[in-house]
Amino acid sequence: MAEFLQFAFSGLTVGAVYALVALGFTLIYNASDVVNFAQGEFVMIGGMTTVFLTLAGVPLPLAALIAVVAAVAVGLSLHRFAIEPARGASAVVLIMITIGASIFLRGAAQVVFDKRFHSLPPLFGNDPIRIGGASILPQSLVVLAGAVVIVVLLWVFIDRTLFGKAVIATAANRLAARLVGIDTRRMGSFSFAVSAAIGAIAGILVTPITLTSYEVGTLLALKGFAAAMLGGMGSAVGAVVGGIMLGLLEAFAAGYLSSQYKDAVAFLVILIVLFVMPHGLFGRAKIERV
Amino acid sequence: MNVRVLLNSRLMAIVAVAGIAAVLPAFFPSAYYYRVAALVFVFALAAIGLNLLMGFAGQVSLGHAGFIGIGAYAVAVGPTHFGLPPWLSFVAGAALSAIVAFLVGRPILRLKGHYLAVATLGFGVLLSIVFTNEAKLTGGPDGMSVPHLVLFGWAARGSETWYWISAVSFMIGAALALNLLDSPAGRALRAIHDSEVAARMLGIDVARMKLTVFVISAVYASIAGSYLALFNGLITPEVSGFLRSIELVAMVVLGGMGSIMGSLVGSAILVVLPQALTFLHDYEHMALGLILMGVLIFLRGGVVPSVAAMFARRRP
Repeated sequence: MAEFLQFAFSGLTVGAVYALVALGFTLIYNASDVVNFAQGEFVMIGGMTTVFLTLAGVPLPLAALIAVVAAVAVGLSLHRFAIEPARGASAVVLIMITIGASIFLRGAAQVVFDKRFHSLPPLFGNDPIRIGGASILPQSLVVLAGAVVIVVLLWVFIDRTLFGKAVIATAANRLAARLVGIDTRRMGSFSFAVSAAIGAIAGILVTPITLTSYEVGTLLALKGFAAAMLGGMGSAVGAVVGGIMLGLLEAFAAGYLSSQYKDAVAFLVILIVLFVMPHGLFGRAKIERV
Repeated sequence: MNVRVLLNSRLMAIVAVAGIAAVLPAFFPSAYYYRVAALVFVFALAAIGLNLLMGFAGQVSLGHAGFIGIGAYAVAVGPTHFGLPPWLSFVAGAALSAIVAFLVGRPILRLKGHYLAVATLGFGVLLSIVFTNEAKLTGGPDGMSVPHLVLFGWAARGSETWYWISAVSFMIGAALALNLLDSPAGRALRAIHDSEVAARMLGIDVARMKLTVFVISAVYASIAGSYLALFNGLITPEVSGFLRSIELVAMVVLGGMGSIMGSLVGSAILVVLPQALTFLHDYEHMALGLILMGVLIFLRGGVVPSVAAMFARRRP
C-alpha cells in the first residue's frame, strides 16, 4: 500500500505537468487549429529564466514573474511572426513550423543560458511529508495545487466571461465567429499567450523536483501531445485527464514493471486506447461533410 | 499537358539527377563530400517512401524512423548474432519491416489526422525503446558495429563506393515510385488524398490502398536504414528516434509533399545544412530553426512545387 501511494504521488506530480502542457496544446489547437510542438519550450523558458534571474540576485517571486512575461512574449511573437504569416498552410506544414520554432528556441536557450542542468530551491523546504507510509515532497503539493488553481482559473475565465465565450465561439466555428464580430486573430494570439504562461508556470513549479535544462522541452512536448490526444484533441477535460493518466501510467510502469520500459508502457496504453476509441477518451468524432 | 508528356517530364527529372550525380564527384575535393552526398541520397530514399504515404495517400507518420531502425539493426544483428550474410540480413530487414508495417498498419491507419500522428509517434518511440534496452541483441544505447556488405567476394566500403550505390538506389527508388504513381493504384491514391469519401464512392478500397502504401513506405525506410548502417559501420538507437522521424517528415514537407524530386531536395537541405552551418558554432541550431521556419512560411507548398509554380507563372 505504501508503495502504491508512493508511485501514485510521483505519478500525480509528473502528470500535473503533462496535464498543463496538454492544456496548452488544447487551447492553441482550439483557437487556431495549430498543433504547437514548441509548447514544451515554454516550460523550458519558464524554468531556465527563473533559474538564471535568481542566480543573478533577483528575488524568486520577481524572477518567476519576469519568466512568465518572457514566455508570453515568446508565445506572442511565435504567433505573430511564424503562425500568422503561414495562415492557410496545411496542418503538417504548420506543425513543422512550430518544430522549427522549437529548434530555434532551444538553440537560443543554449546561447542565452547554458547546456547544464539547473534547479531552484523548493518553496517549503525539502523535508518530505509522510502519508500512509509513503512520503511526498512539499514541492509536489505545490505543483499539484498550482495545476488545480490554473485549471480552475482558466475554466472560470473561459466559462464566465464574454472574452472566454468568444474563445469558445472561435473554437466551434471560426467563420461564424468572425461573422458575429469576433476578432479571431486576437483569439489566436490570446491562446498563444495563455498557453505560454501556463507552460512557464508549470516549468517554474516543477524545476525544484525534476531540474531543468535547455532541452527539457522536446520530451515534454511529446508527452503533452500524447496526453492531449489520449484525452481527445480539443477537449480541455480530456487534456487534464490524459495528462494525469499518462503521469500515473509512467509511474506505475516504472515502479512495478521496469523503469526502462515506462515510456513504452505509456505509449502502448495510448495505442490501445486509440484503437478502441479512435477519438481519445473525451474527443468527439468529427462529422465529415461531403 | 497530357499524361505521356507528364510522364516524360518526370522521367526527364530522373535522367537529369543521374547526370548531375555522375558529374558531381568531379567537384568533390575530398572523401567527406562523397560521404555527405551519399547521406543525401540515402535519406532521400527514405523520404520518397514517406512522401508516397504523406503526399499521395495523405496519411502522416511521425514514426517512420522506426522502420529505418529495423533496416539498420537487421544488417547489424543478422550477421553478428545469427551468422546470416549481410545481403540476406538486408533482405530480411526489408521483409520484417513490411510484415511489421502490415500488422501495425491495419489498426493504426483507421485513425485520422492528429490521432494517426500520435499513434505512429508512439509506434516509433516503442521501437526505439526496444532498440535501446535490448542490449544483449543491439548493444544498448552505445549501439553496435556493422560488418561490411560483401557481394561475390567484393566488400562495399568507403564513401565513394557508397556514393554510387546510394545514388543508383535512389534513381531506382524514384523510378519505381513514379511508375507506381502513374498506375491505376497511383490515381486511386491521389483520389484518397483529395477525399476519402469520394474515393470510396468510386469503388476504391481505401483501407487496403492506405495499408499497401504504408507497407511500401516502410520498405523504403528499411532499405535506407540498412544502407545507413552498412555505410557508417556503426549504429546507435538514435537512428530510430523521434527526432529522426521528425527530420524525415521535415524533408518531405520542405521538398514538397507529392513531389518525388522534392524528397531529394528536402533531404539535401536537411543533410547539408547542419554541415554547412557548423561554422556558426553555438548559433547553429538557431539558424537551422529560422531557415526551416522561413522556407515553410514563404514556400509553404515545399521548395520544388513552389519553384515549379513560379516558372510556370512566368511562362507566357
